[in-house]
Amino acid sequence: MNTYAELTWQGLWKNNPGLVQLLGLCPLLAVTSTLTNALGMSLATIIVMVGSNATVSLIRRFIPKEIRIPIFVMIIAGYVTCVQLLFNAYAFGVYQSLGIFLPLIVTNCIIIGRAEAYASKNALLPSIYDGFIMAIGFSAVLVLLGAVRELLGQGTLFDGAQLLLGEWASSLRIEIFAIDQSFLFIMLPPGAFVALGFILAIKNSLNNKVEAMIVPPVEEKKIERARVSKV
Amino acid sequence: MFLSVSPSPHNLAQVDVSRVMRAVALATIPGIVALVFFFGIGSLIQIALCISVALVSEALILKIRQRPISHVLKDNSALLTGLLLGISIPPLAPWWISVIGVGFAIIVAKQLYGGLGFNLFNPAMVGYVLLLISFPVTMTNWQVPLELSQYQLGAGDIFSAIFTGFTTTGLSVNELRISVDGITMATPLDTLRTDLSLGLTTYESFTKPIYNGFVSVGWVWVNLAFLFGGLWLVAQRIIRWHIPVAVMATLAVCATLGFLVDPDTHASAFFHLLSGATMFGAFFIATDPVTAATSNKGKLIFGAIIGLLVYVIRQYGGYPDALAFAVILANMTVPVIDMYSKPSSYGHQKKRHPKQGSSND
Repeated sequence: MNTYAELTWQGLWKNNPGLVQLLGLCPLLAVTSTLTNALGMSLATIIVMVGSNATVSLIRRFIPKEIRIPIFVMIIAGYVTCVQLLFNAYAFGVYQSLGIFLPLIVTNCIIIGRAEAYASKNALLPSIYDGFIMAIGFSAVLVLLGAVRELLGQGTLFDGAQLLLGEWASSLRIEIFAIDQSFLFIMLPPGAFVALGFILAIKNSLNNKVEAMIVPPVEEKKIERARVSKV
Repeated sequence: MFLSVSPSPHNLAQVDVSRVMRAVALATIPGIVALVFFFGIGSLIQIALCISVALVSEALILKIRQRPISHVLKDNSALLTGLLLGISIPPLAPWWISVIGVGFAIIVAKQLYGGLGFNLFNPAMVGYVLLLISFPVTMTNWQVPLELSQYQLGAGDIFSAIFTGFTTTGLSVNELRISVDGITMATPLDTLRTDLSLGLTTYESFTKPIYNGFVSVGWVWVNLAFLFGGLWLVAQRIIRWHIPVAVMATLAVCATLGFLVDPDTHASAFFHLLSGATMFGAFFIATDPVTAATSNKGKLIFGAIIGLLVYVIRQYGGYPDALAFAVILANMTVPVIDMYSKPSSYGHQKKRHPKQGSSND
């Protein structure tokens, strides 16, 4: 596999930030009560991660090893501030419903993790791609969890999508089944833990099948043993 | 005559899981009869529904886990979980409430932890708490005792209310909660806490028709019936006396203290012991052999924690009754209780502080 295929495989499945590294659980569990919130959080994470990986990769030769972590945090905080201001300006509804978790992206371990583990050691283009695909892998989990929780919790999908995407998106709202009282457990954080647990279990049970499908099994080396003693 | 040579113990009690579970199930019968007498046959329908869902979900998850199905189903533990949850759920709750609660109890709280004997938390109470948190309005709407109800409910009405939400005459479950004098009624515990928050005293609250003097209509007999069943279990040596006694004693002591300090805002011990789920919880829920503490001393501590939590949550918490929360919180403390209440084996002295000379035991 070449670099990009390997990065894709790592980011989306093998080393998925949400399901394997289990990093960034705070936004993963806290803001996925609806699909719209999950999409908003995904968008913010993708922008921040691509930006921070690109910047870190560009200036990686000038960063003193001893103070690299504060520098990474400063860079990430800069991007997060930009994203926060953008959301405040163009998607105020989502800005309000994400609340504190939007500025808290600064402390999201995946972003600093990728800056430290990949972008500070690799060239610009692979670093950008790594940030992008890791963020996509994380977003996939966010969106899946948001969809499951919204569906089980209130029987809808894309409720409130107009807050993120503009007025036209209010027609996206799909009501799968009508319930007169929402399933609060799923909408509250404990439901997020349980739902994530089920997703992890399904991922783990699928793991061998999917890996066999994508990565061809390496043939075992046959070891020819020389006879060392007479029986 | 065949004499087998085997190591001790030679005198084996013929007690297996299946028999214990069956005895506990039988002991709930007086309580169920009282429930049906005061609140109509809704409880029976809920119990039947819960038991069937429990058995089906147990069989389903055993199949997924590739375990022997009929062997495990025969131990009656799924049946008992369904039965206990069916008793706890309000008689007129819609059918999907029972399905969600029992499914979660069996699949997540019991089988995902490894099945009977491995579950940390009492499955029936986990299911109940899930429902209570998710659907607080439905789960705290207990039906009005039949004698106080404005409407005469037949079996068909109750059946139809559970499965469609309306009686055969088109009344919704909420309308059924209207009592003779046209006032919507909650359970005695709920009424008391609402009245206290409105600034009424307990004496003023107790003049309402749902109370009969200082106790509540119907609930007294339900609690006494569960007490009777529980005492039978103790007499049969299915459960030990430690947990129920500790639960009731702690609750009574706390309630009496509160009552002595300020009788206007605290109900008496008598009211607490004979309202809500006290007796049912003390004898049937808290004594679950898997999730309760093991040693006798541990059982006393475990029961005391439950009694204290029940009182604190009823008096100061956000929910009218508290047994499910109390049991689950106490379940979490069981590993620590078991560690510190381990009895010393015969012939061994308890480990003392390293200080020499204190040989008084």
